[in-house]
Amino acid sequence: MKPLLDIQRLSVDFNTKRGVLHALHEVSLTIKAGEAVCLVGESGSGKTIASKAVMRLLGHENGSIVNGRIALSGLDLNSLTQSELRAVRGKRMAMIFQEPMAAFDPVYTIGYQLVETIRRHESMSKSAARKHAASLLGRVGIPEPELCMKQYPGELSGGMLQRAMIAMALSCGPELLIADEPTTALDMTIQAQILRLLKELQKEFGMALFLITHDFGVAARVADRIAVMYAGRIVEQAPAQELFARPRHPYTRGLIESAFMPDRERGEKLPAIPGSIPNLNALPEGCVFHPRCLHATDRCRVSEPPTVSFSGSEVACWHASELPGVSPMPESRPPLSESGGAGGTGWGRMHAASEGEDLFRVEGLYKDYPLRSGLPGRPRAHIRAVDGVSFTIRQGETLGLVGESGSGKSTLGRLLLRLEPATAGTLFFQDTNLTGIGASKLRRMRKDMQMIFQDPYGSLDPRWNVGELVGEPLDVHLRLKGADKKERIEEILAAVGLDPSVMNRYPHEFSGGQRQRIGIARAIALNPKFVVADEAVSALDVSVQAQIVNLLQDLQKKMGLTYLFIGHGLHVVRHISDRIAVMHQGRIVEISPSRQLFRRPAHPYTRALIASIPHPDPQVQAEPDRMDGEPLFSTRTLSGCRFRMRCPLATDRCREERPELRRLDGEQYAACHNPLL
Amino acid sequence: MVRVVIGRIVSSLLVVVSSSVLVFVIMYLLPGDPIDSMVNVAATPPEVIASLRHQLGVDKPLPQQLADYFGKLLRGDLGTSLLTSEPVLPKIAAQLPPTLELAAVSLAIALIVGLALGVLSAIHRNGPIDWIARFVGLLGISMPNFWSGILLLLVFSIRLGWFPAMGSDGWRTLALPSLTLGLIGAGFLVRIVRNSMLEVMSEPYIVMLRAKGLTERAVMYRHALRNALIPAITVIGLLAGDMLAGTVVMETVFARQGIGRMISDAILSKDMPVVQGVILFSAVVYVVINLLVDLSYSWIDPRVRLRHRTADTGGAIR
Repeated sequence: MKPLLDIQRLSVDFNTKRGVLHALHEVSLTIKAGEAVCLVGESGSGKTIASKAVMRLLGHENGSIVNGRIALSGLDLNSLTQSELRAVRGKRMAMIFQEPMAAFDPVYTIGYQLVETIRRHESMSKSAARKHAASLLGRVGIPEPELCMKQYPGELSGGMLQRAMIAMALSCGPELLIADEPTTALDMTIQAQILRLLKELQKEFGMALFLITHDFGVAARVADRIAVMYAGRIVEQAPAQELFARPRHPYTRGLIESAFMPDRERGEKLPAIPGSIPNLNALPEGCVFHPRCLHATDRCRVSEPPTVSFSGSEVACWHASELPGVSPMPESRPPLSESGGAGGTGWGRMHAASEGEDLFRVEGLYKDYPLRSGLPGRPRAHIRAVDGVSFTIRQGETLGLVGESGSGKSTLGRLLLRLEPATAGTLFFQDTNLTGIGASKLRRMRKDMQMIFQDPYGSLDPRWNVGELVGEPLDVHLRLKGADKKERIEEILAAVGLDPSVMNRYPHEFSGGQRQRIGIARAIALNPKFVVADEAVSALDVSVQAQIVNLLQDLQKKMGLTYLFIGHGLHVVRHISDRIAVMHQGRIVEISPSRQLFRRPAHPYTRALIASIPHPDPQVQAEPDRMDGEPLFSTRTLSGCRFRMRCPLATDRCREERPELRRLDGEQYAACHNPLL
Repeated sequence: MVRVVIGRIVSSLLVVVSSSVLVFVIMYLLPGDPIDSMVNVAATPPEVIASLRHQLGVDKPLPQQLADYFGKLLRGDLGTSLLTSEPVLPKIAAQLPPTLELAAVSLAIALIVGLALGVLSAIHRNGPIDWIARFVGLLGISMPNFWSGILLLLVFSIRLGWFPAMGSDGWRTLALPSLTLGLIGAGFLVRIVRNSMLEVMSEPYIVMLRAKGLTERAVMYRHALRNALIPAITVIGLLAGDMLAGTVVMETVFARQGIGRMISDAILSKDMPVVQGVILFSAVVYVVINLLVDLSYSWIDPRVRLRHRTADTGGAIR
C-alpha cells in the first residue's frame, strides 16, 4: 500500500544570526492511511520542525527545506505554491498545537474561529457551518456546544480549549492530523482524557495521526509505530510493541528508562543519561549520540552509523545488533559522572541528629486571595487557595505534594516559607511559630528554609554570574568575603556537580539542567534544614530529570535535608518521596507513605490520578478508574466534599458533610467518607 | 458593564474638578496680579486699585475665591475676561472651530500614516517600507514641533509658495500645521504599531491560523491587526490629547486663530477666567477621549468585557 505521508531524506536548515543550523538531517518517515505514528524526542531534537516542515510552515521562521521530499498521497508538498498549499492545510492535513491557551486568537469567539476554518475550505452557508461546528464541539466532549460557540478563548480551561482545537482540526475531515505535544500543557488527568479522545476520533474519522511528543508514556498510549529523534536525526523507528519490548538504540533505552522511573527502592539511583542535548551548531563528529553513550567505541566517534533494519525496527547505531541483550544502563554506575558529582566536600550529615521528629507542624492553614471587586463597601469575593490544611513534615524526610494545577500546591509551598502570609492557621518550624514572628527574626530564619524553583530560566538573574548568584546568600547571612567566600562557593558548586571554574560565567551559557544545578547550589549555599522544591524537574528534559533527582537525593543524604517536593509528574514524586500528600482544590485529601499510596490508594481522587499515569507497555491500557470532568473553580464554596462532582462513589453524605482527614491504616490518612481501603 | 461606565464617568468628573482646582491654586500662587495688565499701577491711586481688586474678587481669600468660581460654574457661568470683559464661554466657542479643525485633521493624518506604515513595515520587515517607517518614527520622536513647523514653512510656503504661511481660513492654511502635528503623531504611532504587530505575529495562534489554511491577508488584517491595535489604542488616546496641546505652538508658529493662541495670551496677561475656562474645556476633552479609549478597549478586546462582567457578578470565574 502506498503511504499517506511519505517523507524522504528531509533536511531542514535555519538561517540564524549565529549562522546556519542544520535542524533536520536526512529524516525519512512514512505514515500509512489510518495509522498513528509518534515522533518522540527531547527539546531541540527537531521533532516540532519536522511537523512544521510537513505543513510547510517554516518559511516564516527563516527555516528552509534544503533537501528531500514530502508527499501527501503522491502530492509533492514541497513543490506547491503558497496558495496551493493553503488549500491543503486545514483541509487534507490539519494540526493541533501544544498550548491550547495560546493557539486561539483571543479576540474572536470559538464559534467564529471554527466557522472561519470550515468556510475557508467548504462551500457552506454560515448557518450550516455553525451547525457543523456545534456538532463537532459536542463530539469532542464539550458539555454545552452552543454556549461554547459564543465564548472567547479566555473563558475556557486548557482542557476544553484543547478539545475545541481538536474540533477545529477535524472540521474539514483531514486525512492526516498532526498533533504537536497536544497534552504537554495539561494536567495528567486531562491528558488521559484528551489522548483517549484523539484515539477514538482517529478511528472514527479514519485519519492518520502524526503525534509529536517528548513523553514515551503518551506515545505508548497512542502509537502504532514510534520514531525516536535525536539532534535532527531519526535514531530508531519501530512498531510500538517492538520498540518497548526491544529498544535497540542506547538513547531509546535511556529515554524509556528515565521516562518511567521503574518502581525501585527509594535512595537507589535512577538510571540517567549523562550530559545534555547537544547544540545544533556544534554537533559532535561521528554518531551524534556518542558523547552521552555508555557503549560508544572508536568507530562511533569517527563515522556516523547508517540506518539498518532488524526485524521490523530501523536503527542508526553501530552496535544495534549487540545491544538488546545487554542491560540498558549499568546499575552500579557512579552518580552524576558527568562532572564530578556530589562528593568530597566533607559536610557530613549536619542535621541528622534528630531524625524522625517533626520539623514542620502545620495546623489549620488557610489562604484566601481577594478578587478585584466592583465597588468599595461591598464584601469582596475570595478564591480560597488553601482550605484548612494540617500536616507535619518530619526531620530528614521528603514529603511529596501532588495535585492538578490550581489545587493550591504551589501556594502551600510558599506559605510554608512565609513568602506569602497565611490568612489563618499556625505554622511551627521546629519550635518557632512562623506566623507570629517579626520581619527581622523571619529574615534570620530564612537561612534554614530555601526554595528551588520550577523555571531554571526565569529564576536566575541573567545579569549576575554564577559566583554572584551562589555567593549572594553567603554575603547576606554570613557576611563572608574574599577568599573565604570564594572557597565556599567552589565547595558548593562541586557539591551540585558543577566545575568551580564556571563561577565567572552567566546563566545563559548553561543548559536547562545545569541551570537547575545553579538554582540548587543557591538553595543549599547556607546549609539549610528545609528546602521546598516547587516542580523542580518539570521544566527539564526527560533525560536530564533523572540526573537532578539523583542530585537532590545525594544532597539530602549528605546534608540531612528535609524536602517538600511539589510535582505533577507522579512517577518522579513517587521515587523521591517518603510520604506523599495529595491536594485537591485547596485541601489535602490523602497523605500516605509513598509506596502504600501507589499500591493501595484510599481516596478515589488519588486512584484516578494514579490511573492517569501512562504505562510503558502499550498492552496495559485498561483504564478502570478513568476520571471525567475537570476541577471546578468557583468563589462559591461547594458544600461537603469538593471531589463529589467527579467522584464515582459519591453519596448524599458527601454532599452534606465535609470529610475530614482521618487515619485509616497505619500511616495512611484520607479525607473521604467512602475510602477504598 | 453599565456600572463600569458610570464608575468611569464619576471618576472623570473628579478629574475635571481637581484639575480646575489645581490650576486655580497655581495661578493664585504665581507672582503678579491681573491688575498689572489692566492699568498702569504706578500711575493709579491705591484706592482705585483696591476697589478694582475688590470688584474682580481677587482680594478675597483663596477658599472663598474657589467657592465663588465653582458656584458660578454650576450655573454655567465661566465668568468674564478681565481684559475684554467678554463672557468666557462664547469667547471659547468662537475660537473653537479652527482649533478643532487643526487637531482633528492632524489626528487623522497621524492615524492614517501611523497605522498604515506601522502595519506594512511589520509585515514587510526589513524591506524598503520598513526603512521608511523607521525613519518617520525617528523623525516624529526626535524633532520638536516648532522646529519641523518652521522647516515646512520655509520650504513649502516661502520657497515654493504652495501654501499660505499664516491665517486660519480654508484648507490651504490647514495643510502645513496639520502636517507638522500629524507627522509627529504618526512617528509615535508607527513605532507602537510596528512593535505590537511584530509581537502578535510571533504568537502561536498566528501559526495556527496559517495551519488552518487562511490566506495571509486574513491572518494579518483580520487577526493580527486587531490584536495589535489593543496596545495602540492607549497611544491613540494620548495622541488625541497631544494634537490638541500641539495647537498652542502651531497657532503661534502659523499665526492662526484658536484656543491655543487664546490661552497663551491669557496666561501672559493673567486673565484668570479665560485661563480657567480653557483649562476646564481641555480637561473635559481629555477626559472624554480617555473614556472613549476605555470603552473602545472593551469593544475590541473581549477579555476586558469579561473582566467587567466578572466584576459585576461578584467574580465567579468561568
